[in-house]
Amino acid sequence: MATATVVAGRPVRRRRAVRTGGLTRGSALGLGVALTWFSLLVLIPLSAVVVKAAGGGWQTFADTFANDQTMAALRLTVSTSVVITAVNMVMGTAIAWVLVRDHFWGKRVLDVIIDIPFALPTIVAGLVLLSLYGADGPLGVDVANTRKAVLLAIAFVTLPFVVRTVQPVLEELEHDVEEASASLGASRLTTFRRVILPTLVPAIFAGASLSFARGISEYGSLVLLSGNLPGKTEVTSVRVLSYLEGGNPASAAAVATIMLVVALLAIVTLDVVQRRVSRRG
Amino acid sequence: MVETPTAVRWLLRVVVVGYLFMLIAWPTSLVVQRTFEHGLEGLRVALSDPDVTHALWLTAQVSVIAVIINLVFGVGVSLLLVRSRFVGRRLLSALIDLPLAVSPVVVGLALVLVYNGRFGWFGPFLEQHGIQVVFAMPGMVMATCFVALPLVVREVVPVLEEIGDDQEQAARCLGANSMQTFWRITLPGIKWAVVYGVVLSLARSLGEFGAVKVVAGNVTGETQLATLVVQQKYQNFEQETAYSVSFILAAAAVLCIVIVSLLRPKENR
Amino acid sequence: MSIDVNGITKRFPATGAGQAPFLALDDVSLSIPSGQLTALLGPSGGGKSTLLRIIAGLESPDAGTIEIEGNQATHLPPQKRNVGFVFQHYAAFKHMSVAKNVAFGLEIRKRPKAEVAARVAELLELVHLTQFAHRLPAQLSGGQRQRMALARALAVEPSVLLLDEPFGALDAKVRKELRDWLRRLHDEVHVTTVFVTHDQEEALEVADEIVVINDGRIEQIGTPDELYDKPANDFVMSFLGPVTRLDGRLIRPHDIELRPSADRLGAVPGVVTRVVRVGFEVRVTVETSTDPEVLVVLTRAQAREAAVGLGDGVWCAPVRGAQTVPVMSAVNGSAPAPELAGSQ
Repeated sequence: MATATVVAGRPVRRRRAVRTGGLTRGSALGLGVALTWFSLLVLIPLSAVVVKAAGGGWQTFADTFANDQTMAALRLTVSTSVVITAVNMVMGTAIAWVLVRDHFWGKRVLDVIIDIPFALPTIVAGLVLLSLYGADGPLGVDVANTRKAVLLAIAFVTLPFVVRTVQPVLEELEHDVEEASASLGASRLTTFRRVILPTLVPAIFAGASLSFARGISEYGSLVLLSGNLPGKTEVTSVRVLSYLEGGNPASAAAVATIMLVVALLAIVTLDVVQRRVSRRG
Repeated sequence: MVETPTAVRWLLRVVVVGYLFMLIAWPTSLVVQRTFEHGLEGLRVALSDPDVTHALWLTAQVSVIAVIINLVFGVGVSLLLVRSRFVGRRLLSALIDLPLAVSPVVVGLALVLVYNGRFGWFGPFLEQHGIQVVFAMPGMVMATCFVALPLVVREVVPVLEEIGDDQEQAARCLGANSMQTFWRITLPGIKWAVVYGVVLSLARSLGEFGAVKVVAGNVTGETQLATLVVQQKYQNFEQETAYSVSFILAAAAVLCIVIVSLLRPKENR
Repeated sequence: MSIDVNGITKRFPATGAGQAPFLALDDVSLSIPSGQLTALLGPSGGGKSTLLRIIAGLESPDAGTIEIEGNQATHLPPQKRNVGFVFQHYAAFKHMSVAKNVAFGLEIRKRPKAEVAARVAELLELVHLTQFAHRLPAQLSGGQRQRMALARALAVEPSVLLLDEPFGALDAKVRKELRDWLRRLHDEVHVTTVFVTHDQEEALEVADEIVVINDGRIEQIGTPDELYDKPANDFVMSFLGPVTRLDGRLIRPHDIELRPSADRLGAVPGVVTRVVRVGFEVRVTVETSTDPEVLVVLTRAQAREAAVGLGDGVWCAPVRGAQTVPVMSAVNGSAPAPELAGSQ
């Protein structure tokens, strides 16, 4: 199994495949209990969403996606997430680089700052952004109820993901490979492009897939910040909620199913990438 | 090691620090500023509001219960995933990461579809036997458990894999049974990973918003959690209180991160 | 007999799609006498560690039985077999002091504190770690950690002591020291000991009896001298010492004489292609019509007497009484028996 820790800058461990025997009686019982809880909590409820959506056949999906508001929300959510994920891939790598390769006073503080979006309640994140970029902010800008707010909120909550997947890989990078490259005449940039970056690419994509999945699921930070204006600043999760509150659980489930599919793809990407990284390392 | 050219290094520093400052550090500090604009008055007003205190107390209860459940589940599942072989092990390990990527609103929807007392799959059956899940404590605990589920597992599994089972095998050869091996050998080895996992779960549990909003129904003074109180107070133009409660939650979250960050060097013995 | 292994077979599941399961042990049977120091010797992946772990109960066989001190142990878990096990990478309990490590087995058995303390002191004295009693394993060297592991295993007075490549993780000098030390410990303590190694020098130096295992099967069992002087097949011969090919047979390089003419039975003509002097040995490489590189090892005196130089024609003859083995013989005794040169 491959997992990477995503917070607090902790390094990924080297994996040793140590599998002892099959299941003893005790562990079989434990597995049964764990699976029961996991099913009741996660598997069954998530399947209920898919079942609800599929219950009305293709009609539900067709109706839901014919709805202009829903389509607008989807377009906004996906486009914003894609843009921010791209930004994160660059910024995240840069931040990880500075954390690992650079040494200056106060670097520890940066570590804490990077984890704030991960640990902060999302509603508080909205308030936090509002206090600088809202009407009473010292900057004099007011992004509340605009699309910029959506960009800002998603940038905030997805910040740690690429950083924390790239950081451990950078830490474990062997120096002698770079030194060999330099001795063969490669400039710093070439060494970065052809030696370092390829090693980082799997980690960047793992973080990016998590970042994207997180971006399209975001809700709490946008509640106060974006105003949820239909057709303008309304995101997918808000649509799901309005469908549900409006007594239309089937449509809510339809949109939710799309989001689930994306989430699953993100997890699969993460798993595949990390498995490949661990096999190489 | 080959050094980065100075110009590039400074450029990176400026860009990175600038980005982090503008996006996270400054806005967060402003919340602290706003909270203490009038000294401790803001906090005092907030804490004397019964809605707020009830919400904070409820949040604490729900979070602690959820963390305990996730701790037991997390350590147990980690042991199973790393030390045993069974059909579907890889699938389970991938599925456990699912809550990281699922939207909180979808989580709420999913739980409601199953446990709602009127139209849920199991809801009516449970209500007949006196157990109300949605709009009540069990629902809030479940929603919180869901979102924080992977956190303990993701911390403990790599450590279990790294320390290997040599020590456990040695203990078994020396005559220890499974319980003794677990308490005396395994648990001390994963001690710090468990602590990290618990602290991270706690931070995540305290901060959950979307999922509990859907599941709990947000009834003020009854099923309203602290995060939901922030939204309500802000939208009711009681902004000072909103900032104060936000500060409390943010401080708790930052405290969690700082603890984890401080504990880390101790573990790399 | 202390340990009776009967018909043990073990398969490991296939690691990839379309691959066959790996047959680690194939119907292996042997008896290990009490009180003896026995080595399981063989190349990596040959099955010896697997066999040791099956004896300990850390793996279960697909077929066959294990008896320890006359008791059926095949289905007993490791904690009930009363075997001491020492791992290649020490398996030290990292969070416990050296004394606590050694005391572990006794504490599990709920022995009174005074008894535990006395036994721990006794063992630490035996392995010369008394002054490290309160240190953590991380503060010890590899050799010291392994001595602690031995003390820990001996603390509960096991009927059998099993060591899995115990010195494999240590550097050469420490390995040699611990090798001697293990032999002397065994002479003092007399517990039936089985250890796994891939180092033939180690096995030859330390063990009373050696079991050569290759590809999941036993090739030969015997004392070090028996194995070296009377190998059952070409595998055992090449594994336990230097060999070279002469006329379709394997022979020890120091068992070949260089003669100026064909005055010996079995002499083969050839040309000297290389002469190297290493310390007191002289290594001569001869090219014959059947073998491109026959290695002949002579003492300096012999070399002077033979007076051969690069390019000279010589006759290679096996020394009278030398052991040879035909190349490419089948395993498990269905081959022609090894012959003594000059016995016709």
